[in-house]
Amino acid sequence: MPNAFNPSVSAALPGYQWLSDLRIEAAEGLDGVAPPSADEEVWRYSRIRDLDLEQLGPLVSQVESTGPSAIWPQPGTTAATLFLRNGWLEDATISAEAEALGVTVGRLSDNENGSRYLGSVEGAPADLFGHMNRAFGPEPLAVVVPDGVRLDAPIVILVHTDADSAAVFPRLFVSCGADSDATVVEQHTSADVRSMVAPVLEAAVGNDARLRHGLVQDLGKEVWQLCHQTFQVGQNATLDSFVAGMGGCYSRTRTDCRLMGRGGHASLTAAYHGEGEQTHDFRTFQEHVAPDTTSELLFKGALDGASNSVYSGLIRVHPEAVRTRAYQTNRNIKLSPDAWAQSVPNLEIETDDVMCSHASTVSPVDQDQLFYLESRGVPTTIAERLLVEGFFGEVIDRAPTAAVGEALRSVLVERLDRRLRNAVAGEAA
Amino acid sequence: MTVDRVLRIEGLCAKAGDTHILSGIDLEIRPGEVHAVMGPNGSGKSTLSHVLMGRPGYEVTAGSATLDGTDLLTLAPWERAQAGLFLALQHPTEVPGVSLESMLVEAARAGNRDTTGVRESLVAEAERIGFDEKFLDRPVNVDLSGGEKKRNEALQLSVIRPLYAVLDEIDSGLDVDALAAVARRVQDATDETGLGVLVITHFSRLLEVLEPDRVHVLSNGRIHTSGGPELAERLEAEGYVGILGESAAAPEVAVSLGLGEDPFADPLA
Repeated sequence: MPNAFNPSVSAALPGYQWLSDLRIEAAEGLDGVAPPSADEEVWRYSRIRDLDLEQLGPLVSQVESTGPSAIWPQPGTTAATLFLRNGWLEDATISAEAEALGVTVGRLSDNENGSRYLGSVEGAPADLFGHMNRAFGPEPLAVVVPDGVRLDAPIVILVHTDADSAAVFPRLFVSCGADSDATVVEQHTSADVRSMVAPVLEAAVGNDARLRHGLVQDLGKEVWQLCHQTFQVGQNATLDSFVAGMGGCYSRTRTDCRLMGRGGHASLTAAYHGEGEQTHDFRTFQEHVAPDTTSELLFKGALDGASNSVYSGLIRVHPEAVRTRAYQTNRNIKLSPDAWAQSVPNLEIETDDVMCSHASTVSPVDQDQLFYLESRGVPTTIAERLLVEGFFGEVIDRAPTAAVGEALRSVLVERLDRRLRNAVAGEAA
Repeated sequence: MTVDRVLRIEGLCAKAGDTHILSGIDLEIRPGEVHAVMGPNGSGKSTLSHVLMGRPGYEVTAGSATLDGTDLLTLAPWERAQAGLFLALQHPTEVPGVSLESMLVEAARAGNRDTTGVRESLVAEAERIGFDEKFLDRPVNVDLSGGEKKRNEALQLSVIRPLYAVLDEIDSGLDVDALAAVARRVQDATDETGLGVLVITHFSRLLEVLEPDRVHVLSNGRIHTSGGPELAERLEAEGYVGILGESAAAPEVAVSLGLGEDPFADPLA
């Protein structure tokens, strides 16, 4: 472990004693944590060995802002908005309605149950970055929606990084009480820096509750993101998880979805687009622990330039989880001969009476569809663009809010326009 | 300088892979004319339509195809469409996620045509053809029945207003009402906008509603016989065997291809 990542950094971070103790313990244990290796299945095909931690260090305190920050949602459109910069909470607002309903947002250490929450969904950290997050996360956040509370407006969390050469550790705990209904959208952005962001999300969806969670990642092109999300879904509860992977140099999202209560349901959706030499890396675990649980995964990506993606997912059905229904679909469009996608779906079923399926495809734009559009007079590059937009349509329809869907659509359009301009420039050359 | 307005196909030869399918096709279609190309399975009918539109997978080995003097064969498919050629497919492709309107708007934009009237034109033409307006907002051809897909092809033809249209077995899988609606719309276009039509069909049923000026019988990749509308009637009465003889109606060349169940099938159809 590089010297910058040492327990004295952990000791210098703010917060109550229990949090400080937890950080120091995690930091002291770091040397005993095996670094990730592409030999392990969860890191296979990744280019994790290209990550040079020697060039990075955790922040002991907030640094000056280096430029424009994240795009704030329209005032009055959210139940709460949190702004996390370089892992530090800069601003938090909550609507009068949400506050009156007992919703709390802010520092986890300010929450009376904070010490109980941290790690309660995740369990042991999944990997080195999870351990590092515990050791160096400056200000873990908590969003708590009490039992029976239904929020129409989303809770928006802006996770912005503008510190250079930094290792940034945002952390969020979401608790949706029994029979509650909430939407939480995280928007991850950055300045044009060479940093690493390793966010951890823990979310507990109580019995009969519903959580729509979105992670929209549009980081700068030199940023490495190593994200871990863990969801715990209670009895008859519903989770709709949505990830949009757009930016970043290497962007990894590991999602552990644990269906713990009978009748729980999870829908997991992702849309990703790669260009240049980007890597998008997704690892999913659909863990069916309780009977009569369902999960449905649809991940779709388009890879341009020399970009690449990895999708590796496991549906695991525990012995008690009879009558599980679990589906897993990963579809990739290769927009360039130099782009590639790995797709590795897996099943591990320890009981009978289940219905599981997985499907994955990696292919260029459908040639028959392309010809059809061309035969109507649509130029090739524009036809491809229509097809790619269309390809993403069904996943964008699953965005947690209409605003997120729109924002994502415009990011995609911007990227496809860039492609179009490059194609035109290429023809002219 | 006046342009000679004609879709002219001369000595057109084409192959798919190593299989020679077209062996010298000559056709001249002038504005307002309807030419029917008929022929048994495997005679090269669908290949002819695909080669004219430039579908990948075919190689033109000889001959030419010009549209009002423009060489089609050097153009990309979308450029052929912009030059005024339309291909109505036997099996219109389902295009998930792409709406009919956005497709036609992009086509109009690429041709520097007005894009604002596309929706209005679609609605008006849909009503004329009997294409349910609710389908206009669906992705192109997705979940449409065979008949609806063909009406959709005719709808697009009438919105795009090409100079020449190739209709590839547009009558297959079509109920009588849809057939009549599609044929009537194409017939009207020949009168109203001077559309030249090359209609490719296996059966003469279509030609009862879409009256051809000329009928050509295709066999082994060549035009075997040409004539007026009476040729279609003769075909109806005598079958291909009556016109082409036993051997030509079932060409032996295809047998050696070893393509399995239907050795005469277009390998790319």
